[in-house]
Amino acid sequence: MSLEGILMQVTVMVNGQNFTNDIEPRMLLVHFIRDVVGLKGTNVGCETSSCGACTVHVDGKSVKSCTVLAVQADGMSVTTIEGLASLDGEMTALQKSFQNCHALQCGFCTPGMIMAMESFLLENASPSEAEVRHALEGNLCRCTGYHNIVKAVLSAST
Amino acid sequence: MFVSLGLDKIQEVFADAAIGLGRARIFAQFELLMRSYRKAWSEVIPVKFEYYRATDVSDAIDVLASARDAKVIAGGHSLLPLMKLRFASPMTLVDIGRISSLSYILDRGEYVAIGALTSLRDIETSPILKTSVPILSYAASFVGDPSVRHRATIGGSVVHGDAAGDLPSVMLAVGATVVLQGPDGKRSVSVDDFFLGFLETNINFDEVLLEIQVPKSDAGWARSEFNRRAQDWAIVGVAVLGGKSPRVSLINMASTPIRAFACEDALVAGGSIKEAADLVSSDLDPPEDLNATSAFRSHLANVLVRRALERSL
Ligand SMILES: Cc1cc2nc3c(=O)[nH]c(=O)nc-3n(C[C@H](O)[C@H](O)[C@H](O)COP(=O)(O)OP(=O)(O)OC[C@H]3O[C@@H](n4cnc5c(N)ncnc54)[C@H](O)[C@@H]3O)c2cc1C
Ligand code: FES
Ligand code: FES
Repeated sequence: MSLEGILMQVTVMVNGQNFTNDIEPRMLLVHFIRDVVGLKGTNVGCETSSCGACTVHVDGKSVKSCTVLAVQADGMSVTTIEGLASLDGEMTALQKSFQNCHALQCGFCTPGMIMAMESFLLENASPSEAEVRHALEGNLCRCTGYHNIVKAVLSAST
Repeated sequence: MFVSLGLDKIQEVFADAAIGLGRARIFAQFELLMRSYRKAWSEVIPVKFEYYRATDVSDAIDVLASARDAKVIAGGHSLLPLMKLRFASPMTLVDIGRISSLSYILDRGEYVAIGALTSLRDIETSPILKTSVPILSYAASFVGDPSVRHRATIGGSVVHGDAAGDLPSVMLAVGATVVLQGPDGKRSVSVDDFFLGFLETNINFDEVLLEIQVPKSDAGWARSEFNRRAQDWAIVGVAVLGGKSPRVSLINMASTPIRAFACEDALVAGGSIKEAADLVSSDLDPPEDLNATSAFRSHLANVLVRRALERSL
């Protein structure tokens, strides 16, 4: 039997809306989000789980969506950077502090940074600077030198 | 559409290079080659496979035993990278990730029982482990980053058995036992007998790792690694559990996670810490790679083991 053309139906809830599609089992979640759902805020930097640009939340926890199969997320709830702000466009405290602290330059790493740090702050609402830096290990930024990113996360913490 | 780009194309480019075509032409060819690669592979990288989501352990075992070339996938954080590089190309993936009954950390008196699907983030933050097996939760906090630790499971880490992994060496240091289930029932294996060869562990294709039993200990311990950048894998690492007969294990000093028996024996025989550390690689043949020569690895192991013993004995 050839594996050619074996498709599976999945339903993934992305930012509160269900998407049901027939996909190849080998499709990565990040490609499902970008190419099937059509949300381009989740970036692909390395595709090898090193850079963190593709970070999204699956059932409320940050994961690198280039290292998750879309079929593994079947029936789960995914939040991307587009799903953070409230319906009237009000950004989260962390998004605002990225803006206020000038925590981005080109902005390529920013969606992943924010998704990773939103999840981190849920687990640790008042981290130390050292804890923030340790938690940022999986997100690379080639522009800012990280200082303002660390500042933004600290200023959004309690 | 899947464009097949074989070795022949690459050979063609190298042949052109060999007969001395201009640099510009060769670069242009490489550019074309890379562009077609990206086009062909950027969307879906692993080879095609069938996907089956197991409802429980016996369901998983049934499929593993009957499907063609099937492999378990848990968090996928070791397997998917291998599949993307096409170092692994199973025809069937059996996803055990939804078997929630395999995710637990339980105090069972003498030991702590950890379900195979427990995430490394849960291990890092578990109050039970922080008190009873602190070396394990501490070591888990160095694996990848928080997002990796949300997905990566302890079972996957142990079954993968990477010599460079952080947790297999800790399992050796604490003397853990793994519990496996296959078509003929359950069996328990000491981790001392679990790591067989390069990425090869003592588990059959139709077995599922259920649980890891980690003895409690209040002995001194230390765990450290040497690497060049924060996020990197250890070039060499060490885990030590002290007590009457200390256990010393090493990361990246052989093709498997490995115990430093010569060093342990020297300590039991009353040797000093320095004498024991000097013996650490006497019965080993450390690998060479881009990060370190064999001799440099031996040097690192000596220093790391000496410091770890000073802290834990
Ligand atoms: C970016 C990144 C950084 C990392 N950094 C580190 C690091 O610094 N240190 C480190 O030690 N590790 C590191 N890892 C590896 C990580 O620790 C392992 O990938 C993870 O623990 C494996 O668990 P998994 O659930 O993802 O396994 P999977 O990838 O799902 O499986 C791995 C292997 O185990 C088998 N398997 C899994 N579970 C079972 C089971 N219950 N029964 C039978 N077979 C099973 C699979 O068939 C496969 O062969 C990193 C990974 C990534 C992606
Ligand atoms: S694209 Fe996923 S971590 Fe870089
Ligand atoms: S702002 Fe450019 S990569 Fe981070």
